[in-house]
Amino acid sequence: MTHKESETKGMSLIVKTITRLTVGIIISFGVYIICHGHLSPGGGFAGGVIVALSFIHLMLAYGGEEAFKRLSKRTASLWESAGAIFFLGLALLGFTGGYFFLNFLPKGENFALFSAGIIPLCNLAISIKVGAGLFSIFVALVSLKISAEALKVKLKKGKNQL
Amino acid sequence: MIKASDIIPFFVIIPLAGAFLLSLFGRRARWVPDFAAMVAAILLCYLSLLSARLYNTYGLLKYSVGAWMPPVGIGMVLDGLTAFLLVTVNLVTLCVTVFSINYMEKYTSKWKFYTLFLLMVAGMNGVIITGDLFNMFVFLEIASVASYALVAFGTEKHELEAAFKYAIMGTVGSLFILLAIAFLYTYTSTLNMADMANILAEKGSSQIVLMASVLFIMGLGLKAALVPFHAWLPDAHPSAPAPISAMLSGVLIKSLGVYTLCRIFFNVIGLTESISSILMLLGVISMVIGVFLAIGQWDFKRLLAYHSISQIGYVMLGIGLGTPLGILGGLFHLFNHSIFKSLLFLNSGAVEYSTGTRDLKEMGGLSAKMPVTSGTSLIASMSIAGVPPFNGFWSKLLIIFALVEAGRYGYAFWAVIASILTLSSFMKVMKYAFFGELNRKWDKVKEVPFLMKLSMVMLAFICIAGGLLIYGGIGDMFLKPAAEAMLTGTKYGWLILNWLR
Repeated sequence: MTHKESETKGMSLIVKTITRLTVGIIISFGVYIICHGHLSPGGGFAGGVIVALSFIHLMLAYGGEEAFKRLSKRTASLWESAGAIFFLGLALLGFTGGYFFLNFLPKGENFALFSAGIIPLCNLAISIKVGAGLFSIFVALVSLKISAEALKVKLKKGKNQL
Repeated sequence: MIKASDIIPFFVIIPLAGAFLLSLFGRRARWVPDFAAMVAAILLCYLSLLSARLYNTYGLLKYSVGAWMPPVGIGMVLDGLTAFLLVTVNLVTLCVTVFSINYMEKYTSKWKFYTLFLLMVAGMNGVIITGDLFNMFVFLEIASVASYALVAFGTEKHELEAAFKYAIMGTVGSLFILLAIAFLYTYTSTLNMADMANILAEKGSSQIVLMASVLFIMGLGLKAALVPFHAWLPDAHPSAPAPISAMLSGVLIKSLGVYTLCRIFFNVIGLTESISSILMLLGVISMVIGVFLAIGQWDFKRLLAYHSISQIGYVMLGIGLGTPLGILGGLFHLFNHSIFKSLLFLNSGAVEYSTGTRDLKEMGGLSAKMPVTSGTSLIASMSIAGVPPFNGFWSKLLIIFALVEAGRYGYAFWAVIASILTLSSFMKVMKYAFFGELNRKWDKVKEVPFLMKLSMVMLAFICIAGGLLIYGGIGDMFLKPAAEAMLTGTKYGWLILNWLR
């Protein structure tokens, strides 16, 4: 793709520049929400949504191709399943202490970043699942629309030929 | 150390793990999805039979998730009713999985099918084993959402339409259930079902409990497809691939609808006279209207779907009556219906697999070409119509006996009428689809592959043997504890919370 072509895809230069500047900040805010999930409001779900939004933001500003370079459909769906497996694995590890979902790690000090046993890890697993899942849902909605449009074009062409 | 109660969470763990591992590795090779689903289904079936045995040796089993004691933490409970439903669900799951191995070849991305399928099983098992009202709602949503996607699995136009209708109506139903749970939570300040039963028994009834009851009847009645709330079922069940139709009609409407209604109205809120008569009225309306709508159908699967509504009516009629014999008959019919209805849907799937049509007018004389399908279909039809000695006869007889014993002659009369109409409707199916003259079009039709035959024969065998359930040892181990669990009523709360104090 030449320089000019990449400029014509997606939205205007202003939107692209702003996006380039803010995407990093959005992701790091999402990561902050995830990491402090056990200490402050937020957690895996909210943080995962924010991380997914940053990718959606990229996709809106630069078009699908640019976003898929960073996170393809296939990888997103793999991450989603991996997040779920990670969560279930944590729950299963509780059986080392005799119970499903047992918080088997040391709880640590109150309000310290590394505390609360498996809860931060659960938040991480949820954020992976939710982030990748939300991105996949967005992609599915967008690409379904694209394929419907492609179908319409095909039908039109067919009619013209007739 | 392994305790007997450690078995309980595995009913959710196995299908969930299977589903997500499949979505990770299912694309690797063609045999992976079949193999993984088969392993999960066999394990679940074995564990469910084991759970029935464990219940009979150890009595009530309870599990606290994460070692948090209920009512604060989430409790899981294995009582007679749970064990009974678990066996029903997982037995049908096993047979349907065996059937899907060959049947789903004609669709692409089998691993997606099995992922959704196992998620649905996880949701159903979760609804059955949980002892926490909100947890029940979460599992109910897992199973429902998976089933919305499965109905649309063929992605043809009418399938998407049916799935959309189902999704909208199902979500509205779920909303009613959530609202009812919220009302009960505000009134009792607890979500644990046992604790809630105790507090409701202490505080007595009030308007808010009545409101919650009404919402539960609407929401769960919609999940169970009782008549005023049935409109989604005749579209959704025929549109799904045949194994999924079998799961939806066979076990989903029962575990999400009938079981939850039983658990909430018998063990949590407590069955009052008015609720009992509402349930019976809904049951009799579903029974009669369902069968009347079914008679005129020419689409094989749509006809079966209407019969599901009618047969659920029988189940609700028996259970709503509330007498020991009525409950026994209702539960027995629930088990029988899940066996013969899933068999009938698999039959319709087998016919569709071989001939590519679901229209009864186009079929004809298929018994010459497909002996196993037509034979098992005959057994299932006789069972659903209530012809002795098949299992459907015994359960309908029990329900009618219970009605007569309670002096409800009117209801008993309608139950008999609906049974006769069911028989006539299935005679039509048999005549047009399997007997009569062979339609020339089907000269080259072949019988379905081995695994599909195996699964149909397995279910047909249970149809014949199931009639024996009311006699002797198996019934005592299996059916009676379930009826007893419902008859304990709101004492359920004391039984479970005794272990905490």
